Amino acid sequence: MRNIKKTAIGLAVLGLVLGAAATARAHETDPAPAATSHDLVQRSEGPGTLEGVLFYVFAATVLGSGLGICISRNIVRMAVYLFITLGGVASMYFLLMANFIGVIQLIVYAGGTLILLIFGVMLTSKSPWVRFEVKRGEMIAGGIVCSVLAAALLTVVLGAHWPTTEASVQGSTVAGFGHALMSTYLVPFEAVSVLLLVVMIGAALLARQE
Amino acid sequence: MFHIGLNHYLVVSTLLFVMGIFVMVTKRNAIGILIGVEMVLNGASLNLIAFNRYVAGGLPHMDGQVGSLFIIVLAAAEAALAVAICMNFYKNLNTVDVDRGDELAG
Repeated sequence: MRNIKKTAIGLAVLGLVLGAAATARAHETDPAPAATSHDLVQRSEGPGTLEGVLFYVFAATVLGSGLGICISRNIVRMAVYLFITLGGVASMYFLLMANFIGVIQLIVYAGGTLILLIFGVMLTSKSPWVRFEVKRGEMIAGGIVCSVLAAALLTVVLGAHWPTTEASVQGSTVAGFGHALMSTYLVPFEAVSVLLLVVMIGAALLARQE
Repeated sequence: MFHIGLNHYLVVSTLLFVMGIFVMVTKRNAIGILIGVEMVLNGASLNLIAFNRYVAGGLPHMDGQVGSLFIIVLAAAEAALAVAICMNFYKNLNTVDVDRGDELAG
């Protein structure tokens, strides 16, 4: 049983790495935007299949490790599954042509927030392998409520008519981010920077030893 | 089957959101609840990016991606404060079981 779990985790990580490599390769080999729409249509068939396969790989990674978080009782194991989930979501950002936000997700979430959570686990338990037993009834009740919520949300989301358009320009989003943050979103940007300062001081004050 | 559209991403993000709520509801470890919050925020963020790509149309429009960036920043701030609060909780009650923190219950 333990070996099966370890193999599953290893396979998930391997799939993530392979998928990320394939995404990078797909973006690399993508030629420059064609001039005519005819070329665009012809060319979009090849990468489309690869995009589909990669999407299903990443979706399986995200949902599988999310399910692992749900059923796992060990807090350290939950943190490891969360790491895989965050990596899968970052890969989906790359697939959605949001490269800057994918990198930020990997750096800030997987590199910063998750380490913070693991430090929290280490500092707040006598042994890091502590378990909290959950009553079976609570699990069943939560499962029923969440299933109903999922059904309702999926009905609404899939039933709505979204006015979709196809992406016109492809390329790196870093310059767009710079322009957006320095023009339209300047005030929220400054507010967030002040908030980060406040949070830093507040967290240090809350967590210090008396 | 292999043509990926907006609905595929919406399904994934909805399921991630619901699983996060399930984790928040069922775990008794305070840090486990924090992990559930992170999952919910990731689901919302994936929604924003997908709408930015498929509804707004991609690169010149950055609104969804900027919103997602703010979500990531605020999630980091929230995690820092929540871990500090968890450590205070642990200092006072010697556990991180949230069911023990019932001193204010009537």
